[in-house]
Amino acid sequence: MLAIKRGEKVLKDLFQKKRKYASVSAKSIQKDVPQGIIVKCPDCNAIIYAKELEKNYRTCTKCDYHFQITAKERISYTLDQDNFFEYDSDLSSCNPLDFPEYEEKLASDKQKTGLNEAVITGEGTIDGIPLVIAVMDARFRMASMGSVVGEKITRAIEKANVKGYPFILFSASGGARMQEGIFSLMQMAKTSAALKELDRQGGLFISVLTNPTTGGVTASFASLGDINIAEPKALIGFAGRRIIEQTIRQKLPDDFQTAEFLIKHGHLDKVVHRSDMRAFLGSVLKLHAFGGVHHE
Amino acid sequence: MSDLQFEKPIIELREKIKELKNFTVDKEIDLSEEINKLEQRASILEKEIYGNLTAWQKIQIARHSMRPTTLDYIQEIFQGFIEFHGDRNFADDPAIVGGIAYLDSTPVTVIGHQKGKDTKDNIARNFGMPHPEGYRKSLRLMKQAEKFKRPIICFIDTAGAYPGKAAEERGQGEAIARNLYEMAGLKTPIISIVTGEGGSGGALALGVADRVFMLENSIYSVISPEGAAALLWKDANLAQKAAETMKITASDLLEFKIIDGIIDEPMGGSHKDVKLASVYIKEVISKNLADLRVKNFDQLVTERYDKYKNIGCYK
Repeated sequence: MLAIKRGEKVLKDLFQKKRKYASVSAKSIQKDVPQGIIVKCPDCNAIIYAKELEKNYRTCTKCDYHFQITAKERISYTLDQDNFFEYDSDLSSCNPLDFPEYEEKLASDKQKTGLNEAVITGEGTIDGIPLVIAVMDARFRMASMGSVVGEKITRAIEKANVKGYPFILFSASGGARMQEGIFSLMQMAKTSAALKELDRQGGLFISVLTNPTTGGVTASFASLGDINIAEPKALIGFAGRRIIEQTIRQKLPDDFQTAEFLIKHGHLDKVVHRSDMRAFLGSVLKLHAFGGVHHE
Repeated sequence: MSDLQFEKPIIELREKIKELKNFTVDKEIDLSEEINKLEQRASILEKEIYGNLTAWQKIQIARHSMRPTTLDYIQEIFQGFIEFHGDRNFADDPAIVGGIAYLDSTPVTVIGHQKGKDTKDNIARNFGMPHPEGYRKSLRLMKQAEKFKRPIICFIDTAGAYPGKAAEERGQGEAIARNLYEMAGLKTPIISIVTGEGGSGGALALGVADRVFMLENSIYSVISPEGAAALLWKDANLAQKAAETMKITASDLLEFKIIDGIIDEPMGGSHKDVKLASVYIKEVISKNLADLRVKNFDQLVTERYDKYKNIGCYK
């Protein structure tokens, strides 16, 4: 019953185009793209024309290596054009442990990325279907999970819940934010609790794991999708490779903790190429948009 | 009993007092005045040393080889404990124990990390570092507790979830995540107590609770001090510095309002008197369970949600 109501809500919103969207202009996205005519693939060393790389959603034309992209690029690849309304862009971290040099590091990453923190959240549409989206940006403190990352993701999930929208999260994270200590750890509980509430209300959560998703993020929201998918070759794991090798005193296979390794071991629903991502998400959203099959 | 470096002055003084006492008995000389003076000095020294422990000294107590384990506390606090095994999927993980018992007359489910009592036991229990099946067993037992409306008591004492190849293959991240997710929604009271090491996600996986307490000398941290030092300063030898910087003691976490209270330990640490330590723990469990039992299940879940929602520091 509830599920059907949610579907109706999505449909209603589809037809009432009354929301105001702040747009991510093409110009602001272009600024984030490194300049240069040719680029070398770090995986297969192929030389690729930058323009071709752009056309290919920043994936290697030879080996399908997925270059890291910024959150803004991700949003522009994923959502319908000029159709993104950002939440909580002004939230920024404080320094709860008085950790030495943390504020300086935050300031420098803010300047470097033009972001206030390591995740962008907001709402938009894919093929006209409204959704709430969160995208982590690994350039900012390795997109480690501090209080702001936890809070913005939690608020986004709550928004999805209130609006009856699906929630899609693109994770990319080095794990915990050391400088926020126990506050960082508790964001795992907080975001997971929010997802549990979304689940209880029948909301759809699609988790997209991108390179790299590790540590506390893997051990919380990134693993909790109704549907968990990943980009090819993405590094995904809980413990770091070096720590495991030190612990077990043996070399790990090359494909260890890759998306392909995870799907083989049953932890992912699908590995989806970046160029197919938007279409894939659109199909899944469409199938869910009507809120399930009605039963008497 | 292996003594810690910083408590040597106390131990030495106590030994001197013992020698004197033996001497008076053997030689029938009255030295009671001297002995009294020395005992007074010893108790002042104890308060001075144990009352002003640094984070690093607390870590040494938390990791002490004689530190009581979950099964020790279960033995003292509960009656009729029956241990249950296995995750019904892959294996039984001895690094986490769980089962049913009575707290006085109340049926409860008890779950905790289990370190070994000696080298052999430690190897069998993987030094209290669980694999995914340990977390999945604990979740199975928690769901069972919810079904039968039993409160859940968790004891946290792990250096962390095991960083191994098999653990990754079987989804260590997902297993921890699933516990956080499900614990947030469990319709039964949950009390978690950090008794020794609260090591990161592997600890938190038993720690999403209505009330969280820490023993006086326990620690709770996103990363071990050694790990933090290696990551932040590329030098694991700076662990002592990291221990202070990371703010991981019970008093730090109470100040941050991450935990609900600190449970006293016997002078010098729980290993000096496990019975007394258990009395203190039981008091806290009983009192808080009484508070939680008057709330209906939906209220519990809502308050649990709000509690975690409010943790964070941002502007």
